Amino acid sequence: MKNNDIITKLKKSNLLGKGGANFPTSLKWEMVKNAEAEKKYIVCNGSEGEPNVFKDGFILENYPEEVIEGIKIALATINNSSAYIYLRKDYYEKYKNKLEELIGNLPITLFKKTGHYIAGEETSILEAIEGKRPEPRIKPPFPPQSGLWNYPTLINNVETFYYVSKINKDEYQNTRFYSINGAVKNEGVYELPENYSISQILKETNNWPDFSFFVQAGGGAIGEILLPNELKQQVGGSGAIIIFNRQKTNPFALMKKWTDFLLQGNCDKCVPCREGIFRLAEIIKREINNPNKHSLDKFFKAHKQTLQDLFFVLEQTSFCALGKCAVVPFRSLIKKLK
Amino acid sequence: MKIIINNKKIEAKKGQTILEVAQKNKIDIPSLCFHSDLDIKSNCRLCVVEIKGKDGLHTACSTMIEQGMKIITESKKIHKARKINLELIFAQHCEECNDCIWNFNCQLLKLAKKYNVEITRFTDRKKGYPVHQFGPSLIFDSSKCIDCRNCIDVCQKQGVGFLEIKERGHLFQVIPSQDKNKDCIYCGQCITHCPVGAFEAVGEFEDVEKPLQDKSKTVIFQFAPAIKTSIGEEFNLPHGSIVTEQLVAGIKKLGVDKVFDVSVAADFATVEEAKELIERLETNKNLPMFTSCCPSWVKFVEFYYPEFIPHLTSVRSPQIILGGLIKTFWAEKENIDPEKITVVSVMPCVAKKYEIQREELNMDGLKPVDYVLTTRELAYLFTKHKIDLKNITPKKPDNPLGVPSGAGVIYGASGGVMESALRTAYEKITGQNLKKLEFQQVRGMDGIKKATVEFHPVKCEAIFAKQKLFHRVKGLLIKTAVVNGIGNAKKILEELKENPKAYDFVEVMACFGGCIGGGGQPVPTDSKIRKQRAKSLYQIDAGKKIRSAHENPVIKKVYENFLNSKKKIHSICHTKHLNI
Repeated sequence: MKNNDIITKLKKSNLLGKGGANFPTSLKWEMVKNAEAEKKYIVCNGSEGEPNVFKDGFILENYPEEVIEGIKIALATINNSSAYIYLRKDYYEKYKNKLEELIGNLPITLFKKTGHYIAGEETSILEAIEGKRPEPRIKPPFPPQSGLWNYPTLINNVETFYYVSKINKDEYQNTRFYSINGAVKNEGVYELPENYSISQILKETNNWPDFSFFVQAGGGAIGEILLPNELKQQVGGSGAIIIFNRQKTNPFALMKKWTDFLLQGNCDKCVPCREGIFRLAEIIKREINNPNKHSLDKFFKAHKQTLQDLFFVLEQTSFCALGKCAVVPFRSLIKKLK
Repeated sequence: MKIIINNKKIEAKKGQTILEVAQKNKIDIPSLCFHSDLDIKSNCRLCVVEIKGKDGLHTACSTMIEQGMKIITESKKIHKARKINLELIFAQHCEECNDCIWNFNCQLLKLAKKYNVEITRFTDRKKGYPVHQFGPSLIFDSSKCIDCRNCIDVCQKQGVGFLEIKERGHLFQVIPSQDKNKDCIYCGQCITHCPVGAFEAVGEFEDVEKPLQDKSKTVIFQFAPAIKTSIGEEFNLPHGSIVTEQLVAGIKKLGVDKVFDVSVAADFATVEEAKELIERLETNKNLPMFTSCCPSWVKFVEFYYPEFIPHLTSVRSPQIILGGLIKTFWAEKENIDPEKITVVSVMPCVAKKYEIQREELNMDGLKPVDYVLTTRELAYLFTKHKIDLKNITPKKPDNPLGVPSGAGVIYGASGGVMESALRTAYEKITGQNLKKLEFQQVRGMDGIKKATVEFHPVKCEAIFAKQKLFHRVKGLLIKTAVVNGIGNAKKILEELKENPKAYDFVEVMACFGGCIGGGGQPVPTDSKIRKQRAKSLYQIDAGKKIRSAHENPVIKKVYENFLNSKKKIHSICHTKHLNI
């Protein structure tokens, strides 16, 4: 296989990274391939850490050959490279043997994720593999310029590598994997066209609810809350669709689930995310423990200034995308369900 | 590169950050977690600015400038972001403003005023967080910590790594290491790099009056060379202001009986070190010789590299020598019972508080020095007594222990001990006067300075024969290394493990720039400020008639009349180091 072939193919396919940031894969590959360095690294990100997202696990379970094939193509495309597969702890235990068998003599090392959700952010992964506390690095430089031990590094998600192997075999049909769960009949991971709208996906998988509902789209922590009339759009983020029964869902309990996750999942490096999430969690917890239950509307009015201020610094001044995006579910839930 | 900040055209260099350019041009951008000694972390998020054509806010500390960049450093949006982030920071920081090393110069409070911060908007989440004490030197009150991690970074840079992040539930805490193989060496760089005063010296400031309280005692103050060019900062004088005589006058105003200059004892230390160096060169034993006037460095060797203990010179540090002389030579002369004397050292250092507790330094059970106050503590004491160094009639230190040579003064800057020793050793070895007293190679702020110095002709035949054979040169070559910032000392020690003959004489000061950058010095301290303080010490030296330790008439006299037996010299000027 000629080195350039795959990059041309990736370009033609318009494949976008499946880790959530939608960065054009061909561009990343090109940057790492063309970077001048004595050695380079490839990292396959299998850290999948957001609640209600489980499509990478599904791919590792069902298509490990394709994932390894994708990494193999990267190794062949990028000179003097070696690779890591960075896996969530349970994925590591579960798929270690199978993956090692497929890896054989290839220069691919399995690495068990350290730390929590943020340890799956691409520069945090680099820190973790280097043996440091997993937290995001200042960008630039971006990993393709300076990544693991300052060498150019290609980081792609498990699903992206899966599709690289498909594209290489000319079998890519512009699909992606969706994790569908929550109050649905047919929970699971579905591979469907990437231009499908949420309502199309729900209908096609026979999951359109027959009750009053709302959706969290993207992921189960930082995905946006959408109402049934907003489902003509595509899913962003990690491709998860979570259905909630509007009557049976306590919005405060849901927000607490998010703050619990974010408190544990962030790295606590920067002020707005560490302290902002802490204060957000504090307010929500206080409300849950309040014997006089408030409506969402009343709650918002009572804490309007604080909530808006916390959202503002989180969104505007957080160090990384986690803090910046953390406001999305809260703001959309409060706005749409009050 | 041309950029525009707040509508003002500014010339800047490629590779600079927005914050660097702003600071250079006196444009104020708040930046709590930024310190010029440390890598950029960008975690306090106060230095946010707006950049035309780029969405959102950007941190000035981590954003590189680009050609034609248009930057706004104050706007409604920026103001709001800084205000809220400050409120969140204040909610971490349990205030104890009445007892804080930032005293009247607190950045947090200044920012609170500027950004209309409601400092009690959120409840203090760190109430009840533990207070840690490190030996007799340092206190870390973690309920004041704002998690910026400057202390961890500087401790790491020092090669010690005693401060660590501990994950506690869903948050982290900065704590001292539980690892038995790690220990604090009391350099106190955590104090000067903490933006919010979570670290302080033991006793700072609650115990500052203690040395003055026992009225039955004769109280003697002695001050370190590095104080002369730093304490003025506490009274809003420019960095590096020389205030030796104002300092003396201030101390006198406190009701202190005598004020002596530790630089005089530095002259004794120099003479003893030069003697020991020549001895070691002659016998070719325990080379290279290491300086030992920095107690953090001594502890570092004792704890982390005990195999190098024999390399430390046995010469006591200047404050201990002078304390010893005060309680023997001076007490005898004045006919005062040494038990009735309180010796107080004013030091740029918190490790000196540890040093005076080392029992092997006692002379027949008598401590040479009773109290150590840091530069900051003395300044606080002055302020408390309404003594302003800006408006005071200068006074000279008392005789006879008040007049140092220039060599004794430069002890306060990295390379000073080496240079002083070389000035004296040169004349001892060659029997000739040194034509050029300055050893520029060992001066300056570089972390490691290496210089080979040639001594010619050589009077000491024994050394000469050996060296000549080896180096095939006319004179004697002395290979020196001068280190500041103890992380750099690690590199030299590791080098010596590989190549034991790499150096003959090594000076190490634990703090950046030497004692002028010490952990007891005024805050803020950074590379620019250290340079100013050091420059002024060299200026004092340059202005002195007597610039070599052994030529100091005070020293000569004391050797003639008092330190005239090996036993006496040993008990006052020498010590042993311990395997701890």
